[in-house]
Amino acid sequence: MKAYLDNAATTKVLPEIANAMAAAMVENYGNPSGIYELSRNSKNLLDTSREQVAKLINASPKEIIFTCGGSEGDTMILEGIVKKYRDKGNHIITTKVEHHAILHACEALEETGVQVTYLDVDENGKVSPEAVEAAITDKTILISVMYANNEIGTVMPIREIGAVAKKHNVLFHTDAVQAVGHIPVDVVADNIDLLTLTAHKFHGPKGTGAVYIRQGVKMDKIIYGGGQEKGLRPGTEDTAGILGLGMAAEHALNHMEENKKRVGALRDKLIAGIEASIPEVRLNGARVDRLPNNVNFSIKYIEGEGLLLLLDMNGIAASSGSACTSGSLDPSHVLLAIGLPHEIAHGSLRLTLSEFTTDEEVDYVLEKLPQIVERLREMSPLYNK
Amino acid sequence: MYTGKVMDHFANPRNVGELSDASGVGEVGNAVCGDIMRIYIKVENNIITDIKFKTFGCGAAIATSSMVTELAKGKTIEDALEISNQAVAEALDGLPPVKMHCSNLAADALKAAIIDYKKKNGMSTEGLEMCPGCCHGCGKEEKNTD
Repeated sequence: MKAYLDNAATTKVLPEIANAMAAAMVENYGNPSGIYELSRNSKNLLDTSREQVAKLINASPKEIIFTCGGSEGDTMILEGIVKKYRDKGNHIITTKVEHHAILHACEALEETGVQVTYLDVDENGKVSPEAVEAAITDKTILISVMYANNEIGTVMPIREIGAVAKKHNVLFHTDAVQAVGHIPVDVVADNIDLLTLTAHKFHGPKGTGAVYIRQGVKMDKIIYGGGQEKGLRPGTEDTAGILGLGMAAEHALNHMEENKKRVGALRDKLIAGIEASIPEVRLNGARVDRLPNNVNFSIKYIEGEGLLLLLDMNGIAASSGSACTSGSLDPSHVLLAIGLPHEIAHGSLRLTLSEFTTDEEVDYVLEKLPQIVERLREMSPLYNK
Repeated sequence: MYTGKVMDHFANPRNVGELSDASGVGEVGNAVCGDIMRIYIKVENNIITDIKFKTFGCGAAIATSSMVTELAKGKTIEDALEISNQAVAEALDGLPPVKMHCSNLAADALKAAIIDYKKKNGMSTEGLEMCPGCCHGCGKEEKNTD
């Protein structure tokens, strides 16, 4: 038995998307910038995808710029906005729980003299709109708050933060990589000026994403080349990838309500099952405002990497915020930001679902996980039964 | 990322547990950095006749703990003190570079247990120095990126 529960890392490409992409690569290979038929076909394909992506977030097609994914989108917005508005101000507001694409871009900007406020979050990982408002100064040029957290699944009060940004006439960006395609995202209702999304989080291909730039919002480019994507993202378009992104967007929109319901029910089953079968665990992230596909627990007395290795030996793919898996000596910055002590943060387990996740996979995890935890706890000097 | 030997010792760790009649107990690491190793030794006639461990930590931490118990069992105290963290890693056919410092403390835990044994028996522990037992104490922090 196998169970893939790392869908926040990436998802399986829908087979019909993979097939359509393969066909596009050999049949529809024209450079969209040409004037002949093959190129016009490619151009049409981009237009269709742009409409599909726009529809998913209630934007207008002309507000969509294709990119190579989330990290590129985040970097290009942060640097592009700073470059454009540097004379107006040099202050950015963000949170302590952002993805590294935002945090590391902010750190790089700090080295050039930009002031960055990293807001605290509450025990569930939420930033308050009041805290955002209080941080605004006359030098603030951008607020960047993620739509939903990649580790703990908490959905931020985006609409309220958007309203604050609008009231103070500050641009508002959201890294919506984990939210788009999973929960309704409406850039108009949420007062979002700039947004980042990527296809591979909702069954599209890796390496293709988009940014939404509200009409009228100006930013500078950080990549140089031709005039593609309004000159903001030069380079010959990845037509096959963009086709896949568009198809994934359409699929996500058409199935959003049913997937939210079904995947959400599996998530709740997993949460309830773990809480019932394993003592001394803590659900990380909000219980209510939570992505339908995210489960994140801290499991006391054990360390995450060993847990992942034993799960893998049983065919279960999962992830952890432990130091060993975060790539540094410190455990996840998100788990520390919500107030977990280091030793508890080391023992975190993230299980993330998708529309492909089955009841059987969830049952299988609920059968194996308690045994694996018990086995590691029996080895742990911190555990006294 | 891990060798077959590491995975074997992680999946089937040798000598897990505690000794109620231990001659010495040693513990290194701390929960903050994610590794704690505790080793129990039973010494008879200067020979380690039994040894057990309990470890909180990653795959490498558990595998090195298991390996050091195998290496030390049956050895004299003097020979056991010759076992280095490096030797433990080599016996496991190597560890990923990032694990060499933070999770490769098993020989230190053994040494701590031997010091405890010597102190309990009024023997000199001169020359037996311990590392501070924390990842952040010696300035040897390693950062990797992925």
